[in-house]
Amino acid sequence: MHELSIATNIIEIAEEFVTKNKGSHISKIEIEVGELSGIVIDSLNFAMELAVKETVLERAEFVITSIEGKSKCNKCGNEFSNSDWYTPCPKCLSMDFEIIAGKELRIKSIFID
Amino acid sequence: MCDTCGCEGDSKITYNKPGEEHTHDHDHGHGHTHSYTHDHDHQHDTDKHAHDHKHEYSHEHSHHDHDHEHDHAHEHHTHEKEHDHPHGKEIKIEHDILNKNNALAERNRGYFEAKNVFALNLVSSPGSGKTSLLERTIKELGSELNFYVVEGDQQTMNDANRIAALKVPVIQINTGNGCHLDAEMVNKAVKQLEVANDSVLFIENVGNLVCPSLFDLGEAKRVVVISVTEGDDKPIKYPTMFHSADICIINKTDLLPYVDFSVAKAKEYALSVNHHLVFFEVSVKTGEGMQQWYQWLKENK
Ligand SMILES: Nc1nc2c(ncn2[C@@H]2O[C@H](COP(=O)(O)OP(=O)(O)OP(=O)(O)O)[C@@H](O)[C@H]2O)c(=O)[nH]1
Ligand SMILES: [Mg+2]
Ligand SMILES: [Zn+2]
Repeated sequence: MHELSIATNIIEIAEEFVTKNKGSHISKIEIEVGELSGIVIDSLNFAMELAVKETVLERAEFVITSIEGKSKCNKCGNEFSNSDWYTPCPKCLSMDFEIIAGKELRIKSIFID
Repeated sequence: MCDTCGCEGDSKITYNKPGEEHTHDHDHGHGHTHSYTHDHDHQHDTDKHAHDHKHEYSHEHSHHDHDHEHDHAHEHHTHEKEHDHPHGKEIKIEHDILNKNNALAERNRGYFEAKNVFALNLVSSPGSGKTSLLERTIKELGSELNFYVVEGDQQTMNDANRIAALKVPVIQINTGNGCHLDAEMVNKAVKQLEVANDSVLFIENVGNLVCPSLFDLGEAKRVVVISVTEGDDKPIKYPTMFHSADICIINKTDLLPYVDFSVAKAKEYALSVNHHLVFFEVSVKTGEGMQQWYQWLKENK
């Protein structure tokens, strides 16, 4: 379950920022997860619950926002939403498109006490 | 558990060369272990939850144009906090969670490029024939190219021993509970392997079509192997992996007469998630199609 590695990464980053800002702990953390990031939000939540014990995130409110997948068609230039990888461009039915949003996996903000 | 010394703690990552005493740091301390079993006392005060939810929803809405259903369905909360207590200082960090792995992967990549090492990350479900592919490639191309191998498995030295039998330098990474290799593991393994300039480095990832896709190792190319016994819809069942790969090897074509696997269909599915993919159809067993793969290796290294 790679979500556990992701959780561990989140905690490391959070601890760095708390130290840098001379805080004691984090009260809230906001995370953005793209629909095409390969991360299952429920699994990440589960992994966080296990991993935060005795860290600066132990008592933090954990808010995950899902970011919609978006692609741009290389044939006709149309921009369209896609939450999977294999739906063709709805305008010209081309499979040749680039993903322009939805692969995000980032900490948006933290609230330090 | 470590196969060589039997030390406890199966989350420990080990690095071993066949025929040598175990070379991993023998650290039995518990620096940063996470309990997997503790009872997480998780209280859901319904009123408070409702309050939170609303708060987050309106917050999100000011930033994105998502429709109501979408945001609503995807809001997830675990850790509740008293709300009469205002949140501390907000810091907008916009920090990529995979930053550390990506940064280290770039360092690996720079190291490989400087030494003209052609590094390939081989990913697949368990048993598609990655080690067999490496064995045959090494046997048939070993006189022309200089090979090094990093093997990744949760447990056992089996795959490293198969490679070592061919007199090729190999190191086995055992990830314990880990379901993928990451850039740090490869960094450590490659240091121990002392890879020579102008060589080819095969990194066989843990057999898993999900997790390794997120972790850049610093490879030049990612090779996904799929065998015809797996079903031709694998590419759309595991799109993240096929999207992140450069090369797709369809293996065990000798078994095509016995299975319902359409090579054309598999390719079509794979191209639908990644139109840059380059295919090789091979039977590692009979050697059919291997020449094209060798040709590609020689031309791209
Ligand atoms: N029929 C046939 N069998 C093959 C072929 N290639 C590999 N195999 C068999 O498939 C099985 C698994 O092969 P491995 O090379 O161990 O597969 P792997 O991907 O390295 O497996 P893991 O490391 O466990 O993920 C072995 O029994 C091989 O002999 C092939 O082209 N045709
Ligand atoms: Mg293997
Ligand atoms: Zn189009």
